[in-house]
Amino acid sequence: MWIYEKRLIYPVNIEKPNIYMAKLLLAQYGGPNSELSAGVNYLNQRYSMPNDVVKAILTDIGTEELAHWEMLGTMIRQCLRGASMQEIKQSGLSEWYVSHRCGTFPSSQSGEPWTAAYTGCTGDPVADLTNDLAAEQQARATYEGLIRVSDDPTVTDPLEFLREREIVHFQRFGEALDIVQSDLKSNDNRNCN
Amino acid sequence: MSNNSLIKEISEVGFICTDLNLYLDTHPQDMAARSDYNFFAGQLRALKDRYNMECGPLENFGNAINKDRWQWNDSPWPWE
Repeated sequence: MWIYEKRLIYPVNIEKPNIYMAKLLLAQYGGPNSELSAGVNYLNQRYSMPNDVVKAILTDIGTEELAHWEMLGTMIRQCLRGASMQEIKQSGLSEWYVSHRCGTFPSSQSGEPWTAAYTGCTGDPVADLTNDLAAEQQARATYEGLIRVSDDPTVTDPLEFLREREIVHFQRFGEALDIVQSDLKSNDNRNCN
Repeated sequence: MSNNSLIKEISEVGFICTDLNLYLDTHPQDMAARSDYNFFAGQLRALKDRYNMECGPLENFGNAINKDRWQWNDSPWPWE
């Protein structure tokens, strides 16, 4: 189960409203390579993993991703803080405002609602871990896109932290895949359900 | 220590623990890493206990007490 700690896993202190970035940050809040996709992906896959190492790493990284998702929600809200109606209209956020006002909603930056289609689970550990490796690289690349576009260092700072964590996660999933594959070689347990 | 500086320390020690946790998941035999983890886990628990006592509950679902009144609801919440 999960308990909650009343703190962010990494600080977010965005100094001034930034509606331009608020919209783009949705990419990592509810887009295909978002923290939400990662968290749900890993926490779901862990049930069909045969090896304790993989159950642990998927549980732990999945949990960390939810804490990252919280950071993204925070960043979007802080970017919208104090926005005037004129700024909202000028920043191309009118359609969003009509459906969501200054609330958050898990969708991509181009408005597609989040879907489980952004996750995958074949039930085969090699396929699923390979998927996870790709997911971490995609997230890393998306963070780089956001960092390049960002015009605000108080926005960029948490994004750089999040990008670095994707790299570490990629490393851990690589190790987990190695462990699964050497397990398969030594045990030949192709009868996993 | 003020709320903010305690939270900062909790974040820093917490990060060490999180990162070591992930490492140990895939390197369970690394005794040095496990020793480090246990050391920092002890530090983290002490910091959190201090925060819970001095600043109000950091944790819910029975992991911290609310001494004089129900403080859990109090603002600011982490996203504010």
